Amino acid sequence: MMTDFFLKLRRAGLPVTLTEFLTLLEALNQRVATHKVEEFYYLARAALVKDERHYDRFDQVFGTHFKGLTTLFDEIVGATVPLEWLHKLAELTLSEEDKQLIESLGGWEKLMETFAQRMAEQEGRHQGGNKWIGTAGTSPFGAYGYHPEGIRIGQEVSRHRRAAKVWDRREFRNLDDSVELGTRNIKVALRRLRRFAREGAAQELDLDDTIRSTARNAGYLELKMVPERHNAVKVLLFLDVGGSMDDHVRVCEELFSAARSEFKHLEYFYFHNMIYEALWKDNRRRYTEKTETTSVLHTFSQDYKLILVGDATMSPYEVTYPGGSVEHFNPEAGDVWLTRLLAAYPRAIWLNPQSQNRWNHIPSIQMVRELMNDRMFPLTLDGLEQGIRALQRSR
Amino acid sequence: MSESRFRGTDRYIATDDLMMAVNAAVTLGRPLLIKGEPGTGKTQLAEEVARALNRQFIQWHIKSTTKAQQGLYEYDAVSRLRDSQLGEARVHDIANYIVKGKLWEAFTTDSQPVLLIDEIDKADIEFPNDLLLELDRMEFYVYETRQMVKARHRPIIIITSNNEKELPDAFLRRCFFHYIRFPDRETMERIVQVHYPDLKKHLLAEALEAFFEIRDVSGLKKRPSTSELLDWIKLLVAEDIPPEALRGDQRKLIPPLYGALLKNEQDVHLFEKLLFMSRRKKD
Repeated sequence: MMTDFFLKLRRAGLPVTLTEFLTLLEALNQRVATHKVEEFYYLARAALVKDERHYDRFDQVFGTHFKGLTTLFDEIVGATVPLEWLHKLAELTLSEEDKQLIESLGGWEKLMETFAQRMAEQEGRHQGGNKWIGTAGTSPFGAYGYHPEGIRIGQEVSRHRRAAKVWDRREFRNLDDSVELGTRNIKVALRRLRRFAREGAAQELDLDDTIRSTARNAGYLELKMVPERHNAVKVLLFLDVGGSMDDHVRVCEELFSAARSEFKHLEYFYFHNMIYEALWKDNRRRYTEKTETTSVLHTFSQDYKLILVGDATMSPYEVTYPGGSVEHFNPEAGDVWLTRLLAAYPRAIWLNPQSQNRWNHIPSIQMVRELMNDRMFPLTLDGLEQGIRALQRSR
Repeated sequence: MSESRFRGTDRYIATDDLMMAVNAAVTLGRPLLIKGEPGTGKTQLAEEVARALNRQFIQWHIKSTTKAQQGLYEYDAVSRLRDSQLGEARVHDIANYIVKGKLWEAFTTDSQPVLLIDEIDKADIEFPNDLLLELDRMEFYVYETRQMVKARHRPIIIITSNNEKELPDAFLRRCFFHYIRFPDRETMERIVQVHYPDLKKHLLAEALEAFFEIRDVSGLKKRPSTSELLDWIKLLVAEDIPPEALRGDQRKLIPPLYGALLKNEQDVHLFEKLLFMSRRKKD
């Protein structure tokens, strides 16, 4: 059962490794978690998931794998449902009032007795009604129904908010960015852009200077320090989102997450199709929180390298005419803004996820390419390397 | 084992999942990596674990210039060189110039200590990788003195991160992980109760109301967190602000003493603007 769970997690794209799985088993072996399902869930999560973005996916797999607590225990103890266990379940699912109600109706033993009886009587699926074990009825047994002392079987979400299980609540939903983890190649390519410079506090021994100073100091030691070398490259990343870029989302995400960890000075902004007077940093709030392009131009100095990522596939009007934007009325044309950007950041490239052999058939790509002075490269590993070489060359 | 179970303390409310993560890490002797929004008590957790389990507490605070080696030991070559010029006798023993780091300190305590490696993401990208073996085997080698330092008791290691850098997979594989979620209203009430036990019920309810409303304002650069709420409540209590003031102000002005909650000029502006707009809508 555990191995299945492990394999399901891997299939769901969670980067779970054997080491972590063994850790979990070791912890179970040492009785870190008791028989409570919640505890097992928390333990498994702490041991197997190492990034809060994956919490949601973990919850989903956990939910489906241990769907309906009955299935879980079927596998452990065979097809019978032990009384004690149902007690446990009821403790989790029922409120104090409910428990009192049950007492008033004859108590646990009786309820369980009837349950076992019905279990035996019933075969097959049942829905509605008020006696059989099934769904959406008022019988005390079954799911998706309402009965104060009901036993819920195989229902993922509590309908009356009595007992949503933690993993069914899926509270970490919006943290999952599902960026693929294979960004290493891109990181290696980006690494070429690194330029080391000495910056910050003096920390390293400068041997040459120390020898010189000591000699000048009549043989008495005089130590000289220099700052350490750091990656001093600054990058401005502009990403096209929405519309025709949807097909290329994955590769852009990969580039983005690789760039993020690679550069200390990385600033990113989003745009749609073409650069106009405003950019934004958060796609969910793109209409309320805009950054003016001019203020970007004024904030970041010339030594930033500019990388634009977009398919440049649009109507030619969006490039050349004021008011040509598909989304709003732009007082100045896109090419004016792009020229301004290029003047501010002489070291710039455009990475295009659109496959290169189609470039010649799309007029807007041609236009942007001309504006970029031919510094447009395909968003492939090879193209990225070419682009980065171009960034290092151009001055 | 029962006495080494962590269940939160009188000053620290731990949720079930957090307790489980701590106990798993303690039992198996693996590091525990804690992430979460700033101000949700990541650093405090380690202190409280040490207090609850009655262990010595060692803190290693990481800065952008911290090297992994500094946690083990440092060989102070510079002062040895100076001493040699002055002809001091201690120069002949290299051990005099080995400065113990925090990890070494944690390895040699008499009982199992709690070691906090605070804000590991501040350091260089390679920093966690440099500590892999040391955290795994809990031992390291001092080259200068040809000495093997082994942990007498595997320390309970708690590592916090603010997510500024991604940590390497190999490092993550060796840790337990827990993400401290922002507490819901119920937990928040318990937290406040722990810190200010004789707070008027009325005031607490109003304060929490105002607090969660501010947190819900979208577009804030820095949303107020638990520690800010606690500061704010401290101020409210100190200034003896009546609960009604909080409620009335919701519609008209920024809540009193907002400086404890909003730490950013732009946020204050944004908040004023929103309040202004909502008031106009009402009129």
